[in-house]
Amino acid sequence: MYNTGKVIFFIILLILFFTIPMWINFGRLEAIPQPELPKEEKKCVESKEYMRAYHMKLLDEWRKKAVREGVHIYVASDGEKYTISLQRTCMKCHTDKEKFCIRCHNTTLAHLDCWECHISPEEVKKWQ
Amino acid sequence: MAIRRREFLKILGIGVVTGVVSSFGGVLIGRGKDILKEIKSSPSKVRWAMAIDTKQFITEEDFKKVIEACHKAHNVPQIPDPVREVKWIWVDTFERAFPTLEHEFISEEVKKRKFLLLCNHCDNPPCVRVCPVRATFKREDGVVVQDLHRCIGCKFCIAACPFGSRNYNFYPPKEFLKEVNPDYPARTIGVVEKCILCYQRLDEGKLPYCVEASEGKMYFGNLNDPNSSVRKVIAESIVIVRKPELQTKPMVFYIL
Repeated sequence: MYNTGKVIFFIILLILFFTIPMWINFGRLEAIPQPELPKEEKKCVESKEYMRAYHMKLLDEWRKKAVREGVHIYVASDGEKYTISLQRTCMKCHTDKEKFCIRCHNTTLAHLDCWECHISPEEVKKWQ
Repeated sequence: MAIRRREFLKILGIGVVTGVVSSFGGVLIGRGKDILKEIKSSPSKVRWAMAIDTKQFITEEDFKKVIEACHKAHNVPQIPDPVREVKWIWVDTFERAFPTLEHEFISEEVKKRKFLLLCNHCDNPPCVRVCPVRATFKREDGVVVQDLHRCIGCKFCIAACPFGSRNYNFYPPKEFLKEVNPDYPARTIGVVEKCILCYQRLDEGKLPYCVEASEGKMYFGNLNDPNSSVRKVIAESIVIVRKPELQTKPMVFYIL
C-alpha cells in the first residue's frame, strides 16, 4: 500500500471525528438521562425490568383494549387489577411527564405523540 | 409459428397491468366486505339507544345543562368561529333537524320547538364504511366510536355523515379549553371528533353524561331488552328519528 502512514492516520482521524459525541460525553454521568421516579409508590403495574424494556408494548396493548375491545381492567402478572387508563392510572404516580417520559425520550430521539392529546397532571395547572 | 419479440412484450405488458389492477380491486372489495360484515354482525344482547323527550326541553337552561355536562367532561373546545366549531351535542330547529318531515302547515309550536342533536350511533353507519384507516368502528353494543390514535384527518366521515355530527379540528383544541377535565384526553389539531356515547361510562355501568344531566328528560337503555325504559317510552309515544329515508337506522329517538 502506498502512503500507509497517511492513510492509517486519516482513517483514525475519521473514526475519531464520527465518535465526537461519545468523547465529549465520556465519563459524564449527567449525560445519562435520570427519569424521576415517584417517591411514595414503589410498585408499578409490572416489574421494573419489564416496564423498562416493554412499557411501549404495554401501553399499546392498553390502548387496543380500552378503545377497540372495550376492556377497561388489566390483570397484571401478579394477579393485581388495574384500570386501563394513561391519565387515570399511570399519571397518578408519574405526575410529571417532563421529568419522567421526556427526559429519556429526548436522549434517545424517540418522539412522543401521546401528549398532543393526553393531558398530564402538570399540564392541568395551566388551566387553574 | 414463432412469436415475435414485440408481440411477446405486448402480451407481457397487458398481463402485468391486468394482474396488478385486479389484485388491487380484489383487496379493496375484500376490505369493504369485511367492514360490511362488521356493521351487520349478528345482533348482540345489548344495543344502546336513547330517547329524548322534546316536550320537556323548554328553557335555554335545560339545554345548557346537558351540553355543558358533556363538553366539560370530554374537554370539547369552545371555538367562536361557527364554521369551524367543534361540538358533540348541540341544539337546532325542527326544520333543520328533520328537513324531510318539515312542511308548510306544521303546528306553530313544533316549528318553534328546539331539538337536542348528537351523533345518532346509527345501526348502519356510513361513517364507518368510508373510513380508510378503520379509525371509526361500530362496537358490538352498537356504539359508533372513533379511535383517535388512528385518525388521519381525511374528513371522509364528515362528508358521509348526513347528520353533521362530526367536526374537524381546524384549530389546536387545547388552546380553546376554558377548563380541563384531567381524567379525559383532549384532541389534537387535524383529527375528526364526535360523540362517543360515553362508552367508557357504559362499560362501567353508568349512564352517559347528557342523560345524567338531563334529570329524566332523556331515556337511555338497551333496545334489545323489551323491559328497558327506552323500549317502553318508544312504544308508548309518537317517536321520530332524523332522516329515516337514508336507511342509516339512527338510534337516537325523538319523542314529539
